[in-house]
Amino acid sequence: MTEGGVTEGGVTGGGVTGILARAEGIAVSFAGRRVLQDVDFLLRRGEIVSLIGPNGAGKSTLVKVLLGLLRPERGRVERAPGLKVGYVPQRLSVDPTLPLTVAGFLSLPDRRPEAQRRQALAEVGVPQLWGAQVHELSGGELQRVMLARAILRGSDLLVLDEPASSVDVAGQAELFELIARVRDRRHCGILLVSHDLHVVMAGADRVVCLNRHVCCTGSPEAVGLDPAFAELFGSSARVLGLYHHHHDHRHDLAGEAEGQATGTEG
Amino acid sequence: MLDDFLVRALLAGFGVALIAGPLGCLVVWRRMAYLGDSLAHSALLGIALGLLLDLDTTLAIVIAGLAFAVLLVGLQQQRQLATDTLLGLLAHSGLAIGLVVLSFAETLRVDLMGYLFGDVLAVRAGDLAWIWGGGAVLLAALVRLWRPLLLATIQEEMARAEGLPVLALRFGLTVLLALTVALAMKVVGILLITSLLIVPAAAARPLARSPEAMALVAAGLGCLAVAGGIGGSWFADTPTGPSIVVAALLLFLVTQAAAAARHRLPRRASPG
Repeated sequence: MTEGGVTEGGVTGGGVTGILARAEGIAVSFAGRRVLQDVDFLLRRGEIVSLIGPNGAGKSTLVKVLLGLLRPERGRVERAPGLKVGYVPQRLSVDPTLPLTVAGFLSLPDRRPEAQRRQALAEVGVPQLWGAQVHELSGGELQRVMLARAILRGSDLLVLDEPASSVDVAGQAELFELIARVRDRRHCGILLVSHDLHVVMAGADRVVCLNRHVCCTGSPEAVGLDPAFAELFGSSARVLGLYHHHHDHRHDLAGEAEGQATGTEG
Repeated sequence: MLDDFLVRALLAGFGVALIAGPLGCLVVWRRMAYLGDSLAHSALLGIALGLLLDLDTTLAIVIAGLAFAVLLVGLQQQRQLATDTLLGLLAHSGLAIGLVVLSFAETLRVDLMGYLFGDVLAVRAGDLAWIWGGGAVLLAALVRLWRPLLLATIQEEMARAEGLPVLALRFGLTVLLALTVALAMKVVGILLITSLLIVPAAAARPLARSPEAMALVAAGLGCLAVAGGIGGSWFADTPTGPSIVVAALLLFLVTQAAAAARHRLPRRASPG
């Protein structure tokens, strides 16, 4: 499942080749409140990285920093020159008063040839949606269509925000297979952002577990065994993969989560 | 044959409808109808200042609209007050200050009703030049910004993450709207301008399967409403601006009824 070259130690120096985005020593505060503290992050081409952490852990702040939408207080951010980003949000807010077909949506914000658009739809497994209205799509269909638009742009880096939130468990497994296929075919880097640890871990090469600082990082298996991870997500977090288990976020968001494994050790 | 002033009125109305239709679609999709109203209200301040400073009225409205746009987008950057509060604040203070300023300029004879309800039958050749010249520029700008604006309308976060200048787009749209309000003032007046944006767009919705089609249909329906309103006003001796809006409303009712009938005939499984 994991690709070669990924070590459970996580971001250690990084390879010289194929780095899409790298952040070092990032610190961000909002209104005097520290949101990110000393965060390192690296994403290479061909890699699927899961960024997980509870709500309020600073995930979206880190993504904004990586994409250059937010200047960090401290730290350094590098992006590959001319990096093309494809963003797949949780959902679209297409007002029903806006008539928009999938075909038209794929040509936003730049017009694309029909053949390319049809091919992208086929690649994500929904060629039949070509003429469908966007506001009538189901959550899973919409995810795929947005993914098609993202790869159509020739993105080097795909950022998927809570990709599993709008599909059921079976659909999630398919979605993650699809994401892995996209990575293989297009050889782009993929960043999955989620507060829901259950699913995003399965197909990832590397997991970065964030709670204002990087709690732990490495292969899904290694992270799953990390006491810091158990601490962050509760003892039930031992069970990885595509199961839906219920955890309560019992850790204190204000507190430092690192190193104090009061739960099970996995 | 048609009288000259009728021809001018029709041409002015068509010119405004052609830009108001497509722009109105964006207003409907982005749910910013209130912004149109606010811009129109603040235009009265522009009129008042224009009279005091002896500026061309249209130019004064344009300047007031631009100032409003800058102020609004700037204020939206703070997070204390929500946008609708800001709009209410700016619009009504603009309107109130405008009326106060006008009262100081007692010596000037101001046709307030003309500004509030429009006076399309009094359109002069110079106004036509403003409307068609300005309208063409606005339409060209709108075409250029169309796709990025659509994406930012659908998902602003996505547009921002992918490198679109979302803030500049929002500002650009506000400016387009402010300028359109300035152009449309003569035709329907301050109080009814928003309807010229909203009603044709809403009427076009059931007839369109793509954003571009909806924009074109809205422009066409707007022209129809202008012709119907001016015609109706000619024969029934009703006020012209309001008659145009009534005609647009009738078109809206017709397309809605047609859409409802079409949905009922072939029974669809899907709801809505």
